[in-house]
Amino acid sequence: MDTGMGPRTVAGRLEALPDEQYDRLMGLAREVSFPAGARLFEEHRAANQFWIIKTGSVALDLHVPGCRAAVIETLGPGDLVGWSWLFPPRQWHMGAEARSTVRAREFDAEAVRRLCGRDPALGYPLVLAVAEVIGHRLECARTRLLDLYGPYGSEPPR
Amino acid sequence: MNPAAARPSSRPFPYRVVRRARETADVATFELSPVGDALPPFRPGQFAMVYAFGVGEIPVSVSGLDDGEPTLVHTVRAVGAVSRALYGLRVGDTVGVRGPYGVGWDLASAAGLDVLVVAGGIGLAPLRPLILDGLAQPGRYGRLTVLIGARTPSDLLYRAQTRAWGAEAHIDVTVDHPEPDWRGDVGVVTRLLSRGTWSPSRVCAFVCGPEPMIHAVAGELVRAGTPPHRVQVSLERNMRCGEGFCGHCQLGSVLLCRDGPVTDWGRAEPLLAVKEL
Repeated sequence: MDTGMGPRTVAGRLEALPDEQYDRLMGLAREVSFPAGARLFEEHRAANQFWIIKTGSVALDLHVPGCRAAVIETLGPGDLVGWSWLFPPRQWHMGAEARSTVRAREFDAEAVRRLCGRDPALGYPLVLAVAEVIGHRLECARTRLLDLYGPYGSEPPR
Repeated sequence: MNPAAARPSSRPFPYRVVRRARETADVATFELSPVGDALPPFRPGQFAMVYAFGVGEIPVSVSGLDDGEPTLVHTVRAVGAVSRALYGLRVGDTVGVRGPYGVGWDLASAAGLDVLVVAGGIGLAPLRPLILDGLAQPGRYGRLTVLIGARTPSDLLYRAQTRAWGAEAHIDVTVDHPEPDWRGDVGVVTRLLSRGTWSPSRVCAFVCGPEPMIHAVAGELVRAGTPPHRVQVSLERNMRCGEGFCGHCQLGSVLLCRDGPVTDWGRAEPLLAVKEL
């Protein structure tokens, strides 16, 4: 992927793994594609896979009773779709829907967890990469709570 | 109608509103034409002190420049008493204008490099003349990328124009709160940085928006390898005199009305690290 900021994505982090580890991890992945509008997963269901987007866009959403699902964030090329597979209870916190045609690498979560358990030298950097994604998304969510573009957030300092 | 001497004017010159466009529910763009003498020419990133008669005066960046013409274009968001009065102006009304003040964007320093523009909310206004300059000189710069963040799709500025920019530049837009028919990105503008196709060491960035956004964007770029002096940011403080006399806009050793509002991240970052400076 020709992206200068690529190392900041999970795809960039994984590409920095030693070749042998990278190849073993990618050996557990398969190429998939989703048409626009396809649901990748639904909240509260078992988190058995995860994806790294190659092209296209995926929306993470939350069901709000009586309303259209609320889109919380969109993900794009190089981004990790799904981290709930790593931690109990291994259920999705949100739903996910392809916003455009999506090409992605799909990983079998159980197989990746087994691989990480057998090989902590691979498991540790992978967990770090996922933790960084979680930390960054938390930071972004907190920033949005400030409503910086809103009528109060944009006022000059007093 | 000859421009006055090249020094900024300390007294307000009367300007008449000759065009008003409503951008969003609380943002409007005005084209102002001098009633008599014109102020010296403005550069992208500079600002004027705009006086709503009987209400007060605020700093407003130029959001458009008509090359060779004495008209000024400003985009105002109604958030306080003066900006609400300016937002309420109609064609034919008159305001007082002082300026030009401050240091503008140094687009020339990006010659031969990719250009990255990151705008949050009303921060797109001071960046618009820079984007137009970049589009007007395609051979001088590398790829032009514009990343725009807004609160909601309804809060996006210059919608028709940003769509048109997409023919010659890469434009990405994201919002914090999508509306039902929004099919674009959702999330903070820094999330768009990771999708860039520029090389961090070969890019010159121009950033304007809320200060935490500037911090996040500049920080990510510098961590990725962009030299701090190639990240230009526009800062906002309480400008009053516009000429470096009153000290209201002081940020450490910098008087933003005179030495800013545009400065590079190498200079801004240590100053912004001090709380309440």
